[in-house]
Amino acid sequence: MIVHSASIEAINKDIHPGMVVADATATLPALKVYNYKEGVCEKLLAELADWAFRFTPVIAVEAPDRLLMDISGCPHLWGGEEQYLADVVAKLKQRGYHANAAIADTIGAAWAAVCYGRPGQIIPPGGQQTALSSWPPAALRLSPLILDRMHRLGFYKIGSFINMPGTVLRRRFGQQLLTRIGQALGTMPEQLTSVLPAVIFQERLPCLEPIRTRTGIDIALKTLLEALSKRLLKESKGLRKAIFKGYRLDGNIQQIDIGTNRPVRNVAHLLQLFSQKIETIRPALGIELFILEAPVVEDLSAQQESLWTALGDSDANTELSNLLDRIAGKVGSAAIRRYLPAEHYWPERSMKISHSISEKPDTLWRVDRPRPICLLEQPEKIEVTVPVPDYPPMLFIYKGLIHKVKKQTGLNVLNANGGWISKRRSGITTALKTNRVRGIGYSGRVNMTKETLNGIYMDFLHDSYEAV
Amino acid sequence: MGQATEIQENVVERLRQEILAMQGLRVPLENELRDTGLGIINNAFPNQTFPVAATHEFISDNAQNGAASSGFMAALLRILMCKGSCLWVSTRCRIFPPALKAFGISPDQMIFIDARTSKDALWIIEEGLKCQTLAAVVGEVQELGFTESRRLQLAVETSRVTGLIHRYGSLPTNVTCVSRWRITPVASIGEPTIPGVGFPGWNVELLKIRNGKPGRWQVAWNPDGFKVVQQPKVIEHLPARKTG
Repeated sequence: MIVHSASIEAINKDIHPGMVVADATATLPALKVYNYKEGVCEKLLAELADWAFRFTPVIAVEAPDRLLMDISGCPHLWGGEEQYLADVVAKLKQRGYHANAAIADTIGAAWAAVCYGRPGQIIPPGGQQTALSSWPPAALRLSPLILDRMHRLGFYKIGSFINMPGTVLRRRFGQQLLTRIGQALGTMPEQLTSVLPAVIFQERLPCLEPIRTRTGIDIALKTLLEALSKRLLKESKGLRKAIFKGYRLDGNIQQIDIGTNRPVRNVAHLLQLFSQKIETIRPALGIELFILEAPVVEDLSAQQESLWTALGDSDANTELSNLLDRIAGKVGSAAIRRYLPAEHYWPERSMKISHSISEKPDTLWRVDRPRPICLLEQPEKIEVTVPVPDYPPMLFIYKGLIHKVKKQTGLNVLNANGGWISKRRSGITTALKTNRVRGIGYSGRVNMTKETLNGIYMDFLHDSYEAV
Repeated sequence: MGQATEIQENVVERLRQEILAMQGLRVPLENELRDTGLGIINNAFPNQTFPVAATHEFISDNAQNGAASSGFMAALLRILMCKGSCLWVSTRCRIFPPALKAFGISPDQMIFIDARTSKDALWIIEEGLKCQTLAAVVGEVQELGFTESRRLQLAVETSRVTGLIHRYGSLPTNVTCVSRWRITPVASIGEPTIPGVGFPGWNVELLKIRNGKPGRWQVAWNPDGFKVVQQPKVIEHLPARKTG
């Protein structure tokens, strides 16, 4: 029986993998020995890879003890690579693992840094060669045969041969060395085989004869949509975005795309969305290949599908969503807005845009003071006259016309952050004293609204005034 | 003798209903009968009910009147919107959604759509009016021609959605809308002793109503609903115009 692997503490006491168990227990009588089970490493590693999806979606497993993670676009969510790496190691430690991690531009360099670099090393972009130079050739993931040969030739560090001409290295050590150097430096490609392959929802329709007519394109689109819809149904998904491409004989690609407000896989509805744009396709000499892609898909359960024609609330939502999809196709989805209340005093911030038609408000709308029903697009300058500082204005001048204030409700001054401030200290009060307000923040806004005899009802410093 | 008169009246009533139906004004269905709270203004409408499955036209010529019309429309929507959501289509959206709450509408039930051109806006209004799950569609456009209004009318006849079309800054033209309103603001009506701005008030002019009686009222809004504060004045100088 030999030692397969040992804990950090045991290694510190000179117990190494490869030792005979009897020797190990002799040197360290307190050593606990467990029988090695075939495949347990791989199983644990696969579980760990599943767990590590919290850090990045692209993870590869390298038996027996390594995870390779493509972290492009992920570390900024943790506030940088240092924090990201520290979090990975800390989370693993919480689960009881001794782990070392490193970040580098290439798989090869990161591999080497984990084994030979300092704990938690981050090799800066383009710094692979500098980092590798001081490490032994084994850091390049070479076969034992090559390593042995290098050792005999006196190559103890990568730096001593990395700059040699490729032809010389190949003659002596074979192509593998060049490949590994290239992969570590990033000059040769290396692919991660992700545990979870990215699912691509794509359907292709090659045509025997080039398609040149609207009818032909319609049929192609319908065929593709039906195929895609079947696949989406099988995987309980609905698409949020779809791209329809036509590859023309002359090499040009014609494409149209649609977006939906919620996951959809109803062919009739998708066809209707596409039909608004189909006329922009220019077939010219003819289209020989159609491709339909769904780059964005979301979960859509089968129950929702079966309610398609049934009555009820979800059906109403469906019809409304379909309408909104059509409108989004016509004028763009940015034109559709729905608002939810937000807890801010500042009028523009007292609401937030909701991106879904089913989102419910999480706070109540304010009703404690009158609000103007229409806002000006831009705040406009008014000049006000106050009898005594801190008093509501007597009159204001808007567009050269004097409006006398007859009634007013409340006087609340807001600072730029929307918090309540003392009236006496504010810059706005100063402005009131000098009888002029030059559009300081919200204060210069005059609002037209629902009432008043012949004047303007305004929301001034968040108050309501009525003028005659 | 009395019986004969009664029969005659029944016949006349039946014929009247048939004529209304032919003009696209069906008798409201049982589940559509809901009081918009307009009080005596209801007497001006055919069947004494606010025509739900129809398009109504509101005209305004300046910003104040426009805002007043928006407010009045919002107040009307309060009852209509128990049925569902509402689209607010506009080419120049100035509505401040939190203000709708004062009219008893939950602003999150309102879907606002900004159209770049009048043409786009009319397309969206028409599509919206065809959608039966919507309670109402509010459209703010500058121009509305006879053809477009006819398309909107046909859409509401099948879907029975209420359309409120707000036309700002253009001269009234011939349209097929069932009514034409002009809303102007009046000073808030409230107790003179209570300080502060009171409840909104409007001068409501029903300039045109198909098969109804045009009139003019002063209406105030309080949290419970409309309050007609002034007796109706019948508008006398109406241009003689064929209905329909």
